Amino acid sequence: MTTATLEAAQQTKPAKQKVMLVEGNEAAALGVALARPDMVAVYPITPQSSLVEHVAKLIADGKMDADIVDAEGEHSVLSVLQGGALAGARTYTATCGPGLAFMFEPYFRTSGMRLPIVMSIVTRDGITPQSVWGGHQDAMTVREVGWVQVYCETVQEVLDTTIMAFKIAEHHDVMLPVNVCLDGNYLSYGTSRVELPNQEDVDAFMGVKDVNWHVALDPLRPMAVDPLTGGSGGKGPSTFVRYRKGQCRGMQNSLRVIEEVHAEWAQRFGRSFAPLVEEYRMDGADYAIMTLGSMTGAAKDAIDEARDAGKNVGLIKIKTFSPFPVEALLKSFAKIQALGVVDRSVGFRWNCGPMYQETMGVLYRLGRHIPSMSFIGGLAGADITVGHFHRVIEATEQLMSGPAPTEPVWLNEKD
Amino acid sequence: MRHTAYPMFNLKQADVPDDLSPVATEMSPMLPGDWRSMRPVVNRDKCVKCAVCWLYCPVQCVEEKPAWFDFNLKTCKGCGICANECPQRAITMVPEAA
Repeated sequence: MTTATLEAAQQTKPAKQKVMLVEGNEAAALGVALARPDMVAVYPITPQSSLVEHVAKLIADGKMDADIVDAEGEHSVLSVLQGGALAGARTYTATCGPGLAFMFEPYFRTSGMRLPIVMSIVTRDGITPQSVWGGHQDAMTVREVGWVQVYCETVQEVLDTTIMAFKIAEHHDVMLPVNVCLDGNYLSYGTSRVELPNQEDVDAFMGVKDVNWHVALDPLRPMAVDPLTGGSGGKGPSTFVRYRKGQCRGMQNSLRVIEEVHAEWAQRFGRSFAPLVEEYRMDGADYAIMTLGSMTGAAKDAIDEARDAGKNVGLIKIKTFSPFPVEALLKSFAKIQALGVVDRSVGFRWNCGPMYQETMGVLYRLGRHIPSMSFIGGLAGADITVGHFHRVIEATEQLMSGPAPTEPVWLNEKD
Repeated sequence: MRHTAYPMFNLKQADVPDDLSPVATEMSPMLPGDWRSMRPVVNRDKCVKCAVCWLYCPVQCVEEKPAWFDFNLKTCKGCGICANECPQRAITMVPEAA
C-alpha cells in the first residue's frame, strides 16, 4: 500500500466487522492472513498443527498471498524466515514444545539480529513425563532469549494480538521478534465467537512495511550480516556490549510501543485489551491473585463470587511477560497487602512457578514487604477451575494473618 | 555477471543506529600475521623458481621475486605446506618467537 492510499484509508471509519465462530488456532491463522506476511515457514506439532493447516489452506485457497515453506524441521523453519526477513519479507511461523526446543539455535539468533519475525507459541508442557497437552513450560523455558512474549486470554485476543504483534515487532524503536502465546488446548481448540476486522482497515492500521532497513541481504546495500564480534581484544568487548545493550533498549522500548499499539487498536477497532497488566476488581482490594493466559477467565469468575461473598480480593493479569512489566506491576502491588501467583509451569530452580519467581523481583523493588505465595496448576492440559481459584483466594487471604508457606501449592495434586 | 563492486552501504548515512543488528560495512581483516606461530624462510641459493610453493599455498601469499619466491607475511598463516612440498628443500619453518 502506498503512503497516499494509506493516508486515505486511515481517514475512513472501519467498516462493520464480520462475525465468525472459530477455534483459537484458526483465529491466529486469520490474524496472520490479515497482517499480510510475504512468507511463512511451517512444521506441524501438537497442539499447533491445526494453526499451520489453517494458514496453508488460506494460501491454497488464494485468500492469503504468501510463500509457504514446508521445511524439514523447526530449525530450518526459523532459519528460512531469517533469510526472508533479511530480504525484506514480513514473516510468520508457529510452534511449541519440542518444536521450539529444536528451534532454539536460530531462535537465539533472531532476537540478536533484530529481525521482526512473529511466531505463535501454542503453549505446551515440557516433556518428559510424556504429554502432548497445554502448559506454559515451553514459552517459560525460552523467556530469557530476548523475544517479546505476550500471552492471550481469549480467542478474540489471539486474533487481534496476532495482527498487533507485527506492528509491535516492526516498530523502529523495537525491531525484535514477538511470540504470541496462546494456551495449548484451551485457546488452540477452544471455539468461540470472534469479530473479524476488515482487510482495508487492517492495511491502514499496519502502515507501510519496512522490515530490513537496518540489516539486509541486498546487493544494493552490501554488508556483512552478523560478522564475528566479541573476544577479549581490540574493539571486540565494547562492540559486543553495544549490541547487547541495544537489545535491552529495544526490549524496554517495546513496553511503550505495546501500549501505543493497543491504544491504536482500541481506537480503530473498538476492542480494548490491557497491553501489559490488567487489573480486575482491584478497587479497594486488600489482596490479589495473579494469573497469565486463558486461566484468567475462570479466575475472574472466582473473583466475582468471592466479591459477592464479601471478600476484598482483586486480580492482576499479565499480558506482556517479556519484557517483564515491572513499573505497571509496582502500581498494582502498591494497592495490596498479600499476593498469590498462579503459574501454569514449573520453575525447577526455585521450587515455585516461574512467574512467581519473576514477581518476587518486583516485590523487592516495592520497598515494602507484602507476603506472597506460589501456586502451580494446569500442567499438561489439566484444567484450573473456579473451584481451584477459590482455594487460591482463601490461601492468599490467610497470608495476611498467618505465615507464608515456602513451598508451592500444587492445585491439581489431589484431582 | 557484474565485475565492478557495489559501493559499500553507509549505515550512518542511512540513519541506522549502531547498536541494532550486528552488521559490518568495513573490512576487519584479522590478518594471520598477527597470530601465526611459524614463518617460512626461503634459502635463495636453493630456490629454482619452480613455483610448487605458489601452487600449493592455501592463502595465495607466495609472491614472485626476480630470482626466487617469497611470502607475504601479513597473510601467511604459517601452515608449512610450502616447506613440505618444496622439491628443493629450500623453505624452512622458523618459530615466530625465536
